[in-house]
Amino acid sequence: MIAWIILGIVVLLILVVVIFIWATYNSLVRAKIRVSEAWSGIDVQLKRRSSLIPNLVETVKGYATHERTVFENVTRARAALMGATDPKAAAEANNMLTGALKTLFAVAEAYPQLRASENFQELQKELSDTESKIAFARQFYNTNVMEYNTKIKVFPNVILANSMGYKEAAFFEAGEEGRAEVKVSFA
Amino acid sequence: MQGCDQLQKKTIYTHIESAKRRTLLLMFLFVLLVSAFVEVIALALGLGYEAGIIALMLSGLFVLGSYYASAGLILAMSGAKPIAEADSKELYRTVENLCIGSGLPMPKIYIINDTALNAFATGRDPRHASIAVTRGLLQKLNKLELEGVIAHELSHIGNYDTRLMMVTVVLVGLIALLADVFLRFTWFGAGRRSSNRGRGEGMGGAIILLIALVMAVLAPISAQLIRLAISRRREYLADASGALLTRYPEGLASALEKISRDNEPLEVANKATASLFIANPLKGHESALNNLFSTHPPIEKRVAALRSM
Repeated sequence: MIAWIILGIVVLLILVVVIFIWATYNSLVRAKIRVSEAWSGIDVQLKRRSSLIPNLVETVKGYATHERTVFENVTRARAALMGATDPKAAAEANNMLTGALKTLFAVAEAYPQLRASENFQELQKELSDTESKIAFARQFYNTNVMEYNTKIKVFPNVILANSMGYKEAAFFEAGEEGRAEVKVSFA
Repeated sequence: MQGCDQLQKKTIYTHIESAKRRTLLLMFLFVLLVSAFVEVIALALGLGYEAGIIALMLSGLFVLGSYYASAGLILAMSGAKPIAEADSKELYRTVENLCIGSGLPMPKIYIINDTALNAFATGRDPRHASIAVTRGLLQKLNKLELEGVIAHELSHIGNYDTRLMMVTVVLVGLIALLADVFLRFTWFGAGRRSSNRGRGEGMGGAIILLIALVMAVLAPISAQLIRLAISRRREYLADASGALLTRYPEGLASALEKISRDNEPLEVANKATASLFIANPLKGHESALNNLFSTHPPIEKRVAALRSM
């Protein structure tokens, strides 16, 4: 009689552990997939912004023909962004581009005809909307990263996560360039 | 600065967690109430469990039908027009960006041709959802306030609030139906039947009858109160989820203040559909009793909660 009870308890314990591992494994996998999906969401918006840049540069060049360094900076930052392969590199490139664009728009302030052109205004609105979209996509991504990082670190998931080789994901941070004020000199 | 942000976010999360917990408690009480009621009625009427299940299905069909129809009805009656991106760029973009931030698919967007300030969201799940805003809202709110309102509406969709309210309305309907059936039955039949039985049986039967009668009178009102309490909790939850989405609770707080200052009642709303709107469209007196029977919490409380986040 006792033997059966002990057997029953052992089977129950094994069942509990198996179910736990099963549920946790699935939950971790899902969290990881959500992170990569959220990342592709940011990628879509970054590409959208990259595609607006050439048009913007051409429009501004049409009026401000002598601001070569500004254009070069923007083009270089854009190329860096398009070539970035992981979230960290993309975040850095994105911040560089944000800084370069700030300078571009600051410079454009000095050309009233440019400011008045409908094309330029339309592009400004599109870019501003894309910045909003990038910000929201980044927020969504960071939320998912937070959930994933928390899941792989809490006990007892941490045991399973380590054996699955799951590492922390990187947040998409705003860099110093994104936060710094832009200095413009009309020399 | 970093520390302050962490503190703020914690508070928004605890708001959300507490609202979810309270809703769960209310739902649990609700199901308990319904089950007890069905049990007692079944016993008193001498019917089996089947009657309860049939009653549930029938009232469920009826209520579901009217719930689906009511949302479509509001849209039709108010002359709500679905928008295309080109016509209302700002509204479309606001919804689009918030959907990116929350990971929700884009709902259908409508504009109601009314100068009153209000908005509603409906949909059984995020893939079949609609949002409507009044023209007055679009005109009088600034960008951040509009974002707050849309974030609140999207949160209703994301939290499956419409589905939750559908289930509670079905349960309330079931209780009301059962109470009605039972009261008629006792009035016309059962009373006579139990007097034909022997003494001993009669006593037991009479006690159950009494309990059933009391419940039949009290249960529908309690069910309504619980349903309204759940509705208010979900409003707080949508406020908190929306604030988490925009990271700017002041936007919705200031929008709610503007909405409450506008005295115009929304022509198209009535008691049945009031719960779908962001602010109670039926303007009335603020009193403790009124608050118990209201689908929405008082605006001052909502604004205070938002400003404390």
